[in-house]
Amino acid sequence: MSKLNREQFRSLREKLKAVNEQQTEIIVGLGSCGIAAGAARTFDAFQKEIKAKSLTGVVLRRTGCMGLCASEPTVEIKVPGMADIIYGWVTPEVARDIVQKHVMRQILVSNCIQDKTFKDILKEGE
Amino acid sequence: MSFNRYILIYRESDAGVDKNENLFDAFMKELGEKDPSNSVQVVDAVMNGKADPDSTLVKIIPDNIYFKCKDPVDAIKIVDDFIIKNNPVKKLEAAANNIQYRIVLRNCGVIDPENINEYIAREGYSALEKVLFDMTPDEVIAEIKKSGLRGRGGAGFPTGNKWAFTQQAVGDVKYVVCNADEGDPGAYMDRSTLEGDPNSIIEAMAIAGYAVGASKGYIYIRAEYPLAIKRLEIAISQATEMGLMGKNIMGSDFSFEIEIRYGAGAFVCGEETALLASLQGERGMPKPRPPFPAVKGLWGKPTVINNVETLANIPVIIIKGSDWFNRIGTEKSKGTKVFAVTGKVKNSGLVEVPMGTTLRDIIFTVSGGIGNNRKFKAVQTGGPSGGVIPEKFLDTPIDYENLVALGSMMGSGGMIVMDEDDCMVDVNKFYLQFSVDESCGKCAPCRLGGRQLLTYLQDIAKGNGDLKDIDKMKRIGNAMQKASLCGLGQTTSNPIQSALKYFYDEYEEHIVHKKCRAGKCLELLTYTINPEKCSRCGICKRVCPASAISGDRESGFAIDNAVCIKCGECYNRCKFDAIDRG
Ligand SMILES: Cc1cc2nc3c(=O)[nH]c(=O)nc-3n(C[C@H](O)[C@H](O)[C@H](O)COP(=O)(O)O)c2cc1C
Ligand code: SF4
Repeated sequence: MSKLNREQFRSLREKLKAVNEQQTEIIVGLGSCGIAAGAARTFDAFQKEIKAKSLTGVVLRRTGCMGLCASEPTVEIKVPGMADIIYGWVTPEVARDIVQKHVMRQILVSNCIQDKTFKDILKEGE
Repeated sequence: MSFNRYILIYRESDAGVDKNENLFDAFMKELGEKDPSNSVQVVDAVMNGKADPDSTLVKIIPDNIYFKCKDPVDAIKIVDDFIIKNNPVKKLEAAANNIQYRIVLRNCGVIDPENINEYIAREGYSALEKVLFDMTPDEVIAEIKKSGLRGRGGAGFPTGNKWAFTQQAVGDVKYVVCNADEGDPGAYMDRSTLEGDPNSIIEAMAIAGYAVGASKGYIYIRAEYPLAIKRLEIAISQATEMGLMGKNIMGSDFSFEIEIRYGAGAFVCGEETALLASLQGERGMPKPRPPFPAVKGLWGKPTVINNVETLANIPVIIIKGSDWFNRIGTEKSKGTKVFAVTGKVKNSGLVEVPMGTTLRDIIFTVSGGIGNNRKFKAVQTGGPSGGVIPEKFLDTPIDYENLVALGSMMGSGGMIVMDEDDCMVDVNKFYLQFSVDESCGKCAPCRLGGRQLLTYLQDIAKGNGDLKDIDKMKRIGNAMQKASLCGLGQTTSNPIQSALKYFYDEYEEHIVHKKCRAGKCLELLTYTINPEKCSRCGICKRVCPASAISGDRESGFAIDNAVCIKCGECYNRCKFDAIDRG
């Protein structure tokens, strides 16, 4: 990519801000704490399961630590039209369960949903 | 079939799955009757924070409303009134647990740290754009000053003033250094920030560079943080490729480049003058200040050194303005603080709260309190430089001044929670051993005083202490506070001084009665078998790894304390409570 000047930076930013609301996102916490708890294997399990079920419109993403270190590996699931859900203790088995139930049929997986206790200051203002 | 509503029944993270079974069944039964189309799913969920002992928290999504349910009757009411008739049920409504407020961690757990585009989509590099084109360096410094931001590395020095000193200092070359050494036991806020949002630190360093007139920055990071290093490298190279770092950023005439330097993990290298020495390739030892780094820093040039968390605040302050930031926190401590809450809490993790939040809210409401049916004893803030804070001060609003008044300090944000099973002498010994190991040895008060304090503590823990030692420890500690060259030696005695203030009785017990109530000081422990309770099952003899237990089922069993290694295995395994520990 060539170097951006101010105008180019601004237009890139606006382009990037327009998020795709229509895709399902699986976001795996891959900070040191998550990786120590096995998040890399969880990530692989999601990747395989998405492929095995030939799912399209599902994006697997990586992120840092969301602070729930006691319940790593943590995963956030965003399905269009559904509230965002955070799961804790997501082992590869739970990952497959999440794909088959939550992602494919909008059924929540029990016993590992966490509560998201903080707002997004950049999106929700104050 | 698809659901349009979900009922989440929260249980505490250490409670069994069947704890809410009644409630679960009540919801299912009522829904079975009233919701024939099966549009609501009932799910077990897990609480991060502390639950109310007499009720269960229930959340309805997508409505995002919480209810407190005491019994199945409440469940029926929620289904009938709220779910079916869409009427509010104010009586049962519960407040959301929204104590956390995330400025520093705004992107952690949200964006992909290895993809700069995701950072840009969330206002990333917009603060840099704003300062480069719409603000003068003086205006940037004035804005940071007005925000009231103070250094998060421990000392709490006003960041705007630090930048102003560096800007005003005379020098042909100036530097910006990010202190990512993070050496306190139990602290990992900076690591998580760097791993989760590396671009925010880079952007903030460039803003600092623009403000003070520097075009080169260094990140001093411990080599034990390989993932943070990797993500910083990716961020720097992506930013440079896009022209957001390097020469003529975004076409302006400001250039800034960043280099990463590794530390070998010495705690003292977090001290700013030692850090600079280490950066220059010298042995990491502190130097007397003044001159302060702002005047004479890296290679003798004016240098601004800021902590990771301090820097992470900068872009938000620029975008949202100092007035916005200024409204958060207390009178003298603005903004938020990130804590790494560890130790005996149910849910250890990273917590970011506004300054002025109470310790109780952090430890209990957010982190779930103490597990295993134990009671809270104390919390250590400020790592080896801080002190212990007992239960009676848990309602103190956290800010720099309040924590110092309690004999501790804010420190970088490690918060280690202790319960009844922790012994104050033992905890003090741990921190002192750390400070002694990490002392660079340059000045006598710290080098000799630390050792002496440790020797007293070791004696006390073995039952060889003397009450007179306490007075000597206080005097040595005071001398170290006054005469040590750097913060390490000046604060080494803080944990002991605070424990003597709040837990004097425990010290006295060790010294006078040769007892350790927590059972941590092994030399003071003896295990004996209580023949009244003993049923002669013999499990103790079988599990003892040291073969210290003799006897048989005919004559009974006895522990030979000369052989016993105080592992407590028999004590833990005896089903009849027949092993006494004293
Ligand atoms: C023994 C010792 C260790 C320190 N370790 C760190 C550290 O790991 N990280 C840090 O940011 N500051 C540390 N500091 C504080 C730094 O000297 C310095 O005050 C800080 O980097 C300034 O940044 P700030 O103004 O943004 O807080 C330490 C200080 C002492 C005395
Ligand atoms: S106080 Fe301790 S760590 Fe600091 S310079 Fe003196 S000997 Fe070194």
